[in-house]
Amino acid sequence: MSISRRKFLGWMGAAGVVGATSETARAASNKQFKGYADSNAVLHDMTRCIGCRRCEAACNTVNELPAPERPFDDLKVLEKQRRTTAQAYTIVNQHFPDGSGRPPVFVKKQCNHCLEPACASACFVKAFTKTPEGAVIYNADVCVGCRYCMVACPFDVPAYEYHKALDPKIMKCTMCHPRILEGKLPGCVEACPTEALVYGKRDELIRVARDRIHTFPERYLDHIYGEHEMGGTSWLYLTGVPFASLGLREDLGNKAAGEFTSGALGAVPIVIGLWPVLLTGIYAINKRKEKIAAEEQAAAVASAVAQTRDEAEGRLKAAMEKAKQDEDAAVAREVKKALEEAAKARQDTGQTGSGDEGQA
Amino acid sequence: MTQEPTPTTSRYLTPFNVVAGIVVVVGLIITVLRFTGGLSTVTHLSDDNPWGIWIGFDLLVGVALAAGGYVTSAAVYIFGMKRFHAAVRPAILTGFLGYALVVLALHYDVGRPWRLPYPFLVSQGTTSLLFEVAACVALYLTVLFIEFSPAAMEWLGLKRARGLVVRLTLLLTIFGVMLSTLHQSSLGALFLIAPAKLHPLWYSSYIPIYFFITSIIAGLSMVIFESGLSHKFFKDKMDEEHLAGKNVVMLGFGKAAAWVLAGYFFIKVIGIAADNQWHYLATGYGAWYLVELLGFVALPAFMYAVGVREKNTTIIRWTAAWTVLGIVVNRFNICLVAFNWYLPSDQRYFPHWMEIGISVFIVTIGVLAFRFIVTRMPILYAHPDYEAH
Ligand code: SF4
Ligand code: SF4
Ligand code: SF4
Repeated sequence: MSISRRKFLGWMGAAGVVGATSETARAASNKQFKGYADSNAVLHDMTRCIGCRRCEAACNTVNELPAPERPFDDLKVLEKQRRTTAQAYTIVNQHFPDGSGRPPVFVKKQCNHCLEPACASACFVKAFTKTPEGAVIYNADVCVGCRYCMVACPFDVPAYEYHKALDPKIMKCTMCHPRILEGKLPGCVEACPTEALVYGKRDELIRVARDRIHTFPERYLDHIYGEHEMGGTSWLYLTGVPFASLGLREDLGNKAAGEFTSGALGAVPIVIGLWPVLLTGIYAINKRKEKIAAEEQAAAVASAVAQTRDEAEGRLKAAMEKAKQDEDAAVAREVKKALEEAAKARQDTGQTGSGDEGQA
Repeated sequence: MTQEPTPTTSRYLTPFNVVAGIVVVVGLIITVLRFTGGLSTVTHLSDDNPWGIWIGFDLLVGVALAAGGYVTSAAVYIFGMKRFHAAVRPAILTGFLGYALVVLALHYDVGRPWRLPYPFLVSQGTTSLLFEVAACVALYLTVLFIEFSPAAMEWLGLKRARGLVVRLTLLLTIFGVMLSTLHQSSLGALFLIAPAKLHPLWYSSYIPIYFFITSIIAGLSMVIFESGLSHKFFKDKMDEEHLAGKNVVMLGFGKAAAWVLAGYFFIKVIGIAADNQWHYLATGYGAWYLVELLGFVALPAFMYAVGVREKNTTIIRWTAAWTVLGIVVNRFNICLVAFNWYLPSDQRYFPHWMEIGISVFIVTIGVLAFRFIVTRMPILYAHPDYEAH
């Protein structure tokens, strides 16, 4: 391991800082985006909406969607709360925020064309694009059909063609992007008989909305829904009753979707950078421990072997010496025996032979 | 002949095989329905509930339970805990099969499965946590395949190739731990983008860390759980090291699991305190949250500790099974129960039986593949011709 201790601590510090403040990570990982300057939007003034469903009909026509089960002039449909589906990019819901005796309030739902869309941030093949014109458009040619965009969208907008076996698509309002490029109005805006929908530059529409709130303070709440929600949207809403009572969530906060994930994304390079180093370090430490243990063991074995060898040698030497002594003793004994025998033999022959000798 | 005659047909007609056969046939029929009629014919998924059990169980639980591979190989090869060596190969095999089946299951769930490589090849959505998950799962599946391959090569007698792969062990292990850290945590981070949809008790900016820690718990528990099962059903395949190693692994991994569970319990409590969410505990969701936290985190932590202290492998084995169930509960809570919690009950999701059918089908394929491999390849025993690595 060749990293210095100081360098290592530096890395750890960096990891701690980035991990603790996701802002830092965000700055490092993806840039802050506050929407295109001159982008367009739609202002939906619910105090003007009469729930005629002509926007729904127009949307169906311009997008060539399948004919609905019940015709668009059947207002009984409004009795049930609905959401956008693969067959309807937009729907109008009816609410009775002041009790059933009072006049209803109608809300048109469709994609809000967020300035920093959750769907786009979530899609792992970049199928969604926020266009400079304002629309968030979808590209079916790369879509895998994982439906993570549906999980991510805070407004529950994207729908899916569950009935299609092999080529299902995500279906959602396009803000009529093709028509906008042709210089036309979005289908629903064009069809609205009361100007409850107005299309224009977003900045301008916010001014218009402020004006209305200012001029008719008893008619409107002082809140343009969509100005800041989830980082801001290109569909803006005005009403006189609390938005939450109309199915427009007020607990979403003003942070754009990307801000919730930037911390986790910022951690990726840290893990990639730090983990191999740490793990190799741990491995090296263990390897070293093992090596030292092995060396100690080897040393112990060696010394044991040496000791045994010394002992063995000692014993051998002793044995040899003893053997030598024994041998010497044996030789001496043998010699002695032989000498004795020889002497004895000589005596015997001397006794008999002396007579012979004397005779000779 | 004193031996009973065993005609080949009855040898295959075991109860297990019969059940597995039925599951496979039903699974194949549902497969045909899925790819002819679309998701609406076989699932209860809707525009409000885009993810069902194929994500909640097959992906989230599947990946967590397959964590045994990286946990065990890291313990043995990086932390030098050689006494767990016998557990490495079964854990790698389970991991490999687990990930392979996760990828298989995704082919059912996504709309156009042949486009699954698109995030890498055609259009890289790098701002997406799903991109990170996809990239890491793809890479890690490859790593697991290579890590598993020595067993297959020993079986096939490919000595040279095996020697090459074995030399990569440390590199593969480090790479595997890194990839696992990333995607185990980012599976949890997938939900970071939907704070408005996930119940506040389960939503937390720490969710990636929770997912990573629970993956370690899941990995340890699965190794214990599975070694218990293997000892029951594949005892004849085991050599001395594996038979003797069983208790060492159970006690060692049980002890580790007890500690990690205890740590997890504390950071969960700190998480609630940090977000000041105590008041939610008094609601119905709060009660269910407490069931998860006390019943499936605190209780197994305690039981593991008892089992290790008493050296009682039966307790450890049962605790492991309970912990695995706890992982299922946790992932289901996040993906299905606490998700869309504010919607009226008629807009909530409950799986179609055919969704369950596919999940059972996929688990069955896994068990069959595991059996096929351990009865042939040196997984539960060391091959006599090769040195351990
Ligand atoms: S409303 Fe939903 S679908 Fe529309 S741009 Fe925003 S996140 Fe995307
Ligand atoms: S379903 Fe399609 S558009 Fe939506 S996140 Fe997945 S790949 Fe992207
Ligand atoms: S902008 Fe176009 S696509 Fe969107 S709701 Fe209106 S008509 Fe439909």
